[in-house]
Amino acid sequence: MTGGFPQHAAGHVPVLRLGDVLLVTLQGDLHDSAAEQLQQDIGEAIAAHRSRGVVIDVSGVEIVDSFLGRVLAEIAAKAELLAAQTVVAGMRPAVAITMVELGLTLPGLRTALTAEEAVRGFGGTDPVLRTARTRLGSP
Amino acid sequence: MDTAAGVEACLPITSDMDLVWVRQHVRQAAAQLGFGLVDQTKLVTAASELARNTLVHGGGGRIEVTALTDGPVPGLRLTFRDEGPGIADLDRALTDGYTSGDGLGMGLGGARRLVHEFAIDSAPGAGTTVTVTSWVARPPRPRGEA
Repeated sequence: MTGGFPQHAAGHVPVLRLGDVLLVTLQGDLHDSAAEQLQQDIGEAIAAHRSRGVVIDVSGVEIVDSFLGRVLAEIAAKAELLAAQTVVAGMRPAVAITMVELGLTLPGLRTALTAEEAVRGFGGTDPVLRTARTRLGSP
Repeated sequence: MDTAAGVEACLPITSDMDLVWVRQHVRQAAAQLGFGLVDQTKLVTAASELARNTLVHGGGGRIEVTALTDGPVPGLRLTFRDEGPGIADLDRALTDGYTSGDGLGMGLGGARRLVHEFAIDSAPGAGTTVTVTSWVARPPRPRGEA
């Protein structure tokens, strides 16, 4: 089920393949270098597996600063050019509140409440995908 | 000024690995002082932005973490110091969207919105010091409790 990528140093984030969707689970503190490696891995995995979607599970992420926000936005933009859609799933409420105050609303980035919902969204016509603007704009 | 044990620290900021330590230490200190989850998240995010500025724009430096008290209210002060090139135009550096690097330009202005008090001291060639302070918001005491 894994993409068969070589093992990297500690902090490396694996890209898992679930049918035609890629699942990436971010946990705790992401090093800057691991974040940059991840962008490259996702791009390669989309091309190799002809994936239609990328689900990034951020339920284990304690903060999203402007660096990580930029990484998420860039992953989505690159995936879009490779004909795949990115969904950020499971953001903690405290993280969402902080991102809006920081000024990081990431318009255009799709979100889902859970990774499961996000993956299911690629399977059928279930309208679970919403844009970040809609979600973050509501109280 | 009173201080709380285990909170005071001076940590180096010289690599992206140090940013991880800074975030972890600020999180721990804020939790220990009684900050709520949202306020902890805001402080750690602000610390992450400012520490990255110290690293990327200041060429590295350090953070000093200080516990404060204002009467019964605990607070946390974070001071980021570097001996880098300094900032010539502070107003512009604080403007959202302005960046001299490759970031989103949210670092300084965004960090300022995440804390209660924000001060910056910088001049070309003289390095930069950013000091931020937040105070624990106490929820109102429930009725019936002394």
